[in-house]
Amino acid sequence: MFKQLVAAISMSLQTLPQRVGASSVIVIGIAGVVAVLVSVLAMGAGFRHTLADGGRADRAIILRGGSDAELNSNLTRADVDTISNAPGLARNSAGKAVLSSELVTVVNIPKIDTGTDANITLRGVGLELAEVRPELKVVEGRMFHPAVRELLAGAGAAKQFRGLTVGSVLHLRNADWTVTGMFTSNGDVHESELLADVDTVGSSIERNGYSSAVALLASAAEFSRFKDALTTDPQLKVDVQREPEYYAAQSKALTKAINVVGNTVAVIMAIGAMFGALNSMYSAVAARGLEIATLRAIGFGAVPVLLSVMIEALLLSLLGGVIGAALAWLFFNGHTVSTLGGAFAQVVFQLTVTRALIITGIVWACLIGLLGGFFPALRAARLPVAEALRAA
Amino acid sequence: MKFFPLIWATLWRKKTRTIFTLLSMVVAFLLFGVLETVDYAFAHPGGGATGADKLITTNKYSITLSLPFSDTQEIRAVPGVAEVTWISWFGAYYQESKNFVFALPVDTDSYFNLHKDEFIVSDEQMLAYRNTRSGALVNSALMKKFGWKVGDKVPLHSTIWTQKKDGSLDWTFDIVGTFDAKDATQAGQQASTLLFHYDLFDEGRSFGKGSVGWFEERVTDPSQSGAISGRIDALFANSPNETKTQPAKDFALAFMKQFGDIGFVLRAILGAVFFTLLFLTGNTMMQSVRERTPELAVLKTIGFGDGKVLGLVIGESLLLCVIAAVIGLALSYAALPIIKLGLQGVELSPKALLPGIGAAVLLALIVGLPPALRAGRLNIVDALADKR
Repeated sequence: MFKQLVAAISMSLQTLPQRVGASSVIVIGIAGVVAVLVSVLAMGAGFRHTLADGGRADRAIILRGGSDAELNSNLTRADVDTISNAPGLARNSAGKAVLSSELVTVVNIPKIDTGTDANITLRGVGLELAEVRPELKVVEGRMFHPAVRELLAGAGAAKQFRGLTVGSVLHLRNADWTVTGMFTSNGDVHESELLADVDTVGSSIERNGYSSAVALLASAAEFSRFKDALTTDPQLKVDVQREPEYYAAQSKALTKAINVVGNTVAVIMAIGAMFGALNSMYSAVAARGLEIATLRAIGFGAVPVLLSVMIEALLLSLLGGVIGAALAWLFFNGHTVSTLGGAFAQVVFQLTVTRALIITGIVWACLIGLLGGFFPALRAARLPVAEALRAA
Repeated sequence: MKFFPLIWATLWRKKTRTIFTLLSMVVAFLLFGVLETVDYAFAHPGGGATGADKLITTNKYSITLSLPFSDTQEIRAVPGVAEVTWISWFGAYYQESKNFVFALPVDTDSYFNLHKDEFIVSDEQMLAYRNTRSGALVNSALMKKFGWKVGDKVPLHSTIWTQKKDGSLDWTFDIVGTFDAKDATQAGQQASTLLFHYDLFDEGRSFGKGSVGWFEERVTDPSQSGAISGRIDALFANSPNETKTQPAKDFALAFMKQFGDIGFVLRAILGAVFFTLLFLTGNTMMQSVRERTPELAVLKTIGFGDGKVLGLVIGESLLLCVIAAVIGLALSYAALPIIKLGLQGVELSPKALLPGIGAAVLLALIVGLPPALRAGRLNIVDALADKR
């Protein structure tokens, strides 16, 4: 039986070159499905990756209760004072809480590819920035100085939006702001933003107070103690979240939408490719009718014949899957794009073709191949031997 | 036309193959129709031509920064401006953050004058709205979504505005009436809209009093939009709150573009679909002609010219592609209501399906031409001897 199987498979593969046209339909059809599936899902993966990396479990973000996003939130100076005295916070050598009070607004800056205005986050940050966000590194130019209109541009933002290179000047609300440097931040969402001194931003947009406070905890385990202290304080009405949770919530809707669209399109394409595979395998079986009948006549069982057709389909679809995944990786992995994120501001991210996505694509390819190969294989196994021999 | 039965018969010569090829193509054209429609919707936000005379004025530096209410008088005095109204972003949801409500505080007189051809509201309910300070007019689709009835008191959570009286973010409204879009192409856009009194909002909020989110203008002559926009912006140049005025349509388009180059993504997918289709259909046509070589030779023997044989094969290819396109596009038309569920606020137009037929013809020519040429050039003697 095993010997028969090996012989039947090697035979079908040897005759494959004679059927290049029909076989290439399977390979190309499936490559198309997998390339589209992997590329679209890579968008979702990249976006999630950018937002999920935007936080540390031992960092908390505090917003006014019921605000959902920093842009809507409003904290007074008194609120921030109360927050910085709460238990559970990391304290520096001077005994001060490691906390940055931040003011978030969006500014219109044209996107390089479309030329139309996009919402870019301008984040006013406290001077404790380096302690609160040690991952933030100025890679070009220098840090902004407080009390003058200077700002840092995120590496992602500088790539996607006009006029954010070091040394350029932005005109915002009747004043010129100089871009003094460019920063990276582990590829997280802040790289899509502009950073400046919080009080300078406040005076520029005439706002007295803050949007949020970002605080480093003494340890990740201190979170509930810190949260409880704030939420039970009758003077305060705030929502306290771990940073990763806050950012994950912002990526949820879009990631879900991308996945739904990607999967729907790929399912539809897969159905089309399956019919294509059926066609190719039926014609392969028809072309090999004499050969298959001969095999059966000299004593080959139905099962090895069936399996040989299935395996041919599987190998062709596997090849298609690999080609599709490779194309997606070649063209789109690391491709930088930006979109309007959950917080009403642009998020710059890179399409990421992960190993999991490649495996998903190849699994899809094999499933299409198996479905498309099964019925033709059944026909091959049931071929009436005498008739097939006579017809030839 | 007299050859139609012949072409039809050859098309179904191998039933299974034709059916599988057709199914595969139908699926591709279904996808083509759906993606084209979505692409069209993103490229033509707002549907209809109703917005041609509307302008929108926002803060030049950020849509989230407010403008002073006092700008109203100056804008109203600009020649060519027929009406101006002011609105603020309320950022509301009902019960849970996923239940977004497009709640807008509006000034009754100027808002309904400016948008006078856009809403269907009964006179009676309009009067009730004018007379109820906490009243709200709600789109009937939104009413249905949350099971609201006229007379209900509904609490909406604003993510931005705290109330002066108790610092709460929860605002309660009395539903006094419902409205529908007059222009069907705007139904999708208005589906989550709830309108309430600007006065209630401005007096009730604990901060930001006297500021507005943006202005909307109606101009008497749409062809003057550019000049009027310039005049409005010139009024506030070099003030702390410079403005940016543009046609409402451009504003919507720019907003759509913020989501990224959706058109590029869709076209890339369509490209992949079309490319794989080319192979699939091309292969079927090639096989079909190869198998029929002796038959084609017979046709030539009984007097069919090279051109006619070529035409027959092209005709077969056209028939195959057009049947598939018509079925596929019809299916995608039938799927429009389902797509609408996922794309709230975007209006879908069946107009976008037309390029699908063009694509089918193009496809038919590309895949039909090589086998047709081959058939046309067929040498009778060789072909009859089946020397392929």
